[in-house]
Amino acid sequence: MELFKSLIVIIMSSVLVNNYVLSRFLGICPFLGVSKKLNQAVGMGISVIFVMVVATLVTWPIQHYVLERFNLGYMQTIVFILVIATLVQFIEMLLKKMIPALHKSLGVYLPLITTNCAVLGVTIENVSELDYGFLESVVNSFGCGLGFLLAMVLFSGIRSKIDESQIPASFKGLPVTLIAASFVSLAFFGFAGIVENLFA
Amino acid sequence: MKNKNLSILLKGLLTENPVFVLILGTCPTLAISTNVIGAIGMGLAATAVLICSNFVISLLRKFIPDSVRIPCYIVIIAGFVTVVQMLMQAFLPELYDMLGVYLALITVNCIILGRAEMFAGKNGPVKSVLDGIGMGLGFTLALLCMATVREIIGAGSFAGIEIPFMKDYTISIFQKAPGGFMVYGFMIALVYAVTHGKAPRKKEFSCENCPSASLCSNCQKKEEA
Repeated sequence: MELFKSLIVIIMSSVLVNNYVLSRFLGICPFLGVSKKLNQAVGMGISVIFVMVVATLVTWPIQHYVLERFNLGYMQTIVFILVIATLVQFIEMLLKKMIPALHKSLGVYLPLITTNCAVLGVTIENVSELDYGFLESVVNSFGCGLGFLLAMVLFSGIRSKIDESQIPASFKGLPVTLIAASFVSLAFFGFAGIVENLFA
Repeated sequence: MKNKNLSILLKGLLTENPVFVLILGTCPTLAISTNVIGAIGMGLAATAVLICSNFVISLLRKFIPDSVRIPCYIVIIAGFVTVVQMLMQAFLPELYDMLGVYLALITVNCIILGRAEMFAGKNGPVKSVLDGIGMGLGFTLALLCMATVREIIGAGSFAGIEIPFMKDYTISIFQKAPGGFMVYGFMIALVYAVTHGKAPRKKEFSCENCPSASLCSNCQKKEEA
């Protein structure tokens, strides 16, 4: 039960309180670039969840059983980015061969995720700052991905409203999008503190 | 010839500023602009990586096969990021703690990969180094602008030194995430307003190097047109 509670706390905190996009500023490029249409936003979000979880499944054992065992901690950045890049390529090939239907809907998003800082960020944080165990790391990655999906979906709704409104010329395009993002992020501030009192 | 080199150096600072005009590297810009010291540290760390990676990539540009160039660039960049990480951990441990995971994330900063792809992969080493210096300083300058606004309004200080009057009327939200988005939005709007829309917007640049290019609405519009 204790384990279950701690996992719920991790998910709540990564989805709502420490949302990767809205309060940690990771993965801003796809957040601003791909959030214009709802179906694209959902596709991108699901792909990010998938890649984050798979990347953590692979990088956590590498960090603990290879890099730390042989005192190669300084190779972390290089090894992780290479593993993620290879993994994404591999998954894409596998999907194309095995499940063409899924590849058709998610395949286009996969190559973009290689250089997404949210994926590298979550794998590094799981093994360094947060220092989670294996199960907790995987759950945290899933939560971060879910938070990304939530932010994308919410924001795509707001952007469709922005398109219909009158905006001063110099604010058109990116500036007004950023200011809208600022308000969404402000709304997420309301979740601060819920995690500490979740089971109190 | 001299003039041309100078213009390569200067375009990164103003006319093609990576943050405000090219809209590259938004993640560190928003995350590490809460205080001036951190912003300068982040800017200079990224500049160092950018100069070194531009130099090496421009030297190797004839040896790297075209089909695997992106992985090669990433490995070169990750190598230099590791060097910077180790140096900073040894000599500037406080700054290292402040930057945290964002230091490692210089690896996937699109400014560095973008410049490798747009410039260093096509030009000689001297020009590439100049481009690296210009773009790096432009990034630092942009971070500094953002951090100045956010630190003065949000914390009432500049580079850790308190400002007497501002100290009593801080708006702490500027130090937090929403303030980052808002200040960045207003900065870009200011750039558009000052240049009357003459500044090249992102879509007029070689967008194809951006990892999200195939989905970005700006790019797609251009293709359709």
